[in-house]
Amino acid sequence: MQESKHKWIRFCGEVLILVALFTAVQYAITAGLLNMYYQINLTSMCINIILAVSLNLINGFTGQLSLGHAGFMAVGAYSAVIMTQFLGQPFAIGIIAACVAAAIAGFIIGVPTLRLKGDYLAIATLAFGEIIRVVLMNIDYVNGPAGVVGISKLTTWPVLYWSMIITILVVVNLINSSYGRAIVSVREDEVAAELMGINTTRYKVIAFVIGAMFAGLAGALYAHFFYIIKPETFNFLKSFDILVMVVLGGLGSTTGAIIAAIFITALTAALQSFPAIRMILYALILIIVMIYRPQGLMGNKEFSRETFNRIWGGRK
Amino acid sequence: MRKGVLKRLSVLVLMVFVLGIAVGCGGGAQNAGDEDKGGEIKVGLNVELSGGVASYGTNCRDGAMLAIEEINAAGGVLGKQLNPIVRDCKSLADEAMSVSAALVDEGIVAQIGPLVSGNVQGSTPVMMDNGIPLIAPAATAPNVTVDEKTGETLNSIFRVCFIDPFQGTLMAEFAADNLGAKTAAIYKDASTDYGKGLAEYFKKTFEAKGGTIVAEEGFVKDDRDFKAALTRIRGKNPDFIYVPGYYQEVAPLVKQARELGITAPMGGGDGWDSPDMVSVATAPNLNNTYFTNHYSSQDKDPKIVAFVEAYKAKYNKEPDAFAALGYDAVQLLAQAIKDANSAEPAAITEALAKIKDFEGITGKMTIDEQHNPVKAGVIIEFKDGNQVMNTRIQP
Repeated sequence: MQESKHKWIRFCGEVLILVALFTAVQYAITAGLLNMYYQINLTSMCINIILAVSLNLINGFTGQLSLGHAGFMAVGAYSAVIMTQFLGQPFAIGIIAACVAAAIAGFIIGVPTLRLKGDYLAIATLAFGEIIRVVLMNIDYVNGPAGVVGISKLTTWPVLYWSMIITILVVVNLINSSYGRAIVSVREDEVAAELMGINTTRYKVIAFVIGAMFAGLAGALYAHFFYIIKPETFNFLKSFDILVMVVLGGLGSTTGAIIAAIFITALTAALQSFPAIRMILYALILIIVMIYRPQGLMGNKEFSRETFNRIWGGRK
Repeated sequence: MRKGVLKRLSVLVLMVFVLGIAVGCGGGAQNAGDEDKGGEIKVGLNVELSGGVASYGTNCRDGAMLAIEEINAAGGVLGKQLNPIVRDCKSLADEAMSVSAALVDEGIVAQIGPLVSGNVQGSTPVMMDNGIPLIAPAATAPNVTVDEKTGETLNSIFRVCFIDPFQGTLMAEFAADNLGAKTAAIYKDASTDYGKGLAEYFKKTFEAKGGTIVAEEGFVKDDRDFKAALTRIRGKNPDFIYVPGYYQEVAPLVKQARELGITAPMGGGDGWDSPDMVSVATAPNLNNTYFTNHYSSQDKDPKIVAFVEAYKAKYNKEPDAFAALGYDAVQLLAQAIKDANSAEPAAITEALAKIKDFEGITGKMTIDEQHNPVKAGVIIEFKDGNQVMNTRIQP
């Protein structure tokens, strides 16, 4: 009885914190405290968090090395833009279309390729990302290589924030469910998992499709904030950027992915003032982190309230 | 388990929040300090210093910095010194947007750059929202200054270069009139709007002049082997081969064409303008090739000679078109500030739209109602590895 009461208080407290954070930023934007530069970087941060958390589900938790995340992002971005800009649908429909299209793409790619392992899967997904890009380049409906310009700015803070929260909630809850246990067991030892009666391909595809779906969501949000999308935006370097975040944060740590996404976005922005040596500094910082934290910033641990309490010195 | 999840989440989000606040506060303080300086005019240079087209951005920056130095040495504009703030947009559209926002934040009155059309479009919404003029030195896509959906001119966006269609038209006229070509093949960069745009207008003008396009092939960015398509083109034996693309692909392409025994004259657009053309394709292979450009450093016009000398003295290299366009962009801005007699962004924007017969390095220009300059273009020929000006064509 006492325990469940505590749970409720905590739950309410957590919801309150989330809402308070949301309101605080919303207020800062409407009151003009957050100027455009910080809004843009905040948006990049949230989009990168969605991308990193969803890729971490595939790469970190399922242990399948996917290099095609930008491809799913492209599918989402273009589906959403076609819905909102060409067919005149509301943004909500665009977002749903983006998620569905990316999930379908993930399923189509996932079923045949997830039978492959390690390097082979990496190459197959890399190839998929490139195919998407080249196909988009040759579709005149979406202006080919020039891309779609003048996309209306529909990605507002509420949409962005709650999309990010939903992504994190779904991924974290999935990992902590029985599905999650099965998914992690595939990563730990595929043969053993299979012997225990787990349909490994099925769980791999589930993780892959969910990861792809959120990449599509990120694509939709990206397109409706950055005014222009072109196939070149979603090249394999974009996939690598996301992979860097996941590896830097620690494979198999959602909090790690989030911290790394924030860190990298902030780092890129902070280095803007040093145009000449920017990329050198960026690379150096990554190398240094990897030398001293080869397992990533968080390893495969999570930063939870227990950790927080421990650091704070509080006891319960 | 549910509890643990939410716990983690709440801590995370808290961290984001703290970070956001820290970043936000830092920015606010910085702003307050900057706005009091009245003795200088801040000009933002948002150019590609790294990434795919870093060489364009670097040269443009050098040209622009030379212009700023000369203006400041001569006493500045309206008695105020120009203060350039240089930033790198990594050749990415979203980065260009973020850089523009940072520059606006620092209180710039106008932005020069980025170079490539797609990156200019990335920074467009920020400039439009803040009403700060953007002068694109080399963005040649028609829809940079015009909203395609409504057909309206984008208020704050200007450029000092001619647009893609003009380059295609120019080369078609040159091929038909000066080279006497009756048939032509097009081998375009099909992965960029640049390649497609030039090819389209070349075809239109060439056919209007009574010529025939006998073959149309395409390559994509990062291709290295062009022999298959070149062999097909050789079979058609065209009088002229039009290769609109960027130098990374064009240089090996020209080399392979000559190795296959294709002797027909070849031509392209300003994407050919790079020292890499000669080092990769080699001088003998480049003989009998032409490209359209914004200006030629060989031009005997005293203004150009003076510019080339000053540039060489400062950087010890030949100024290419991007350097010249960067120089012109700054000079145009200075002219507009003088015309407006004010360094307010709104006044500058108004003055820019009214620019008439401005004498730039890349020719005399008048800004039309779509914010494009009406100006001449030049045809440049490669002769034994040197760029030699062939003709100047006034529209």
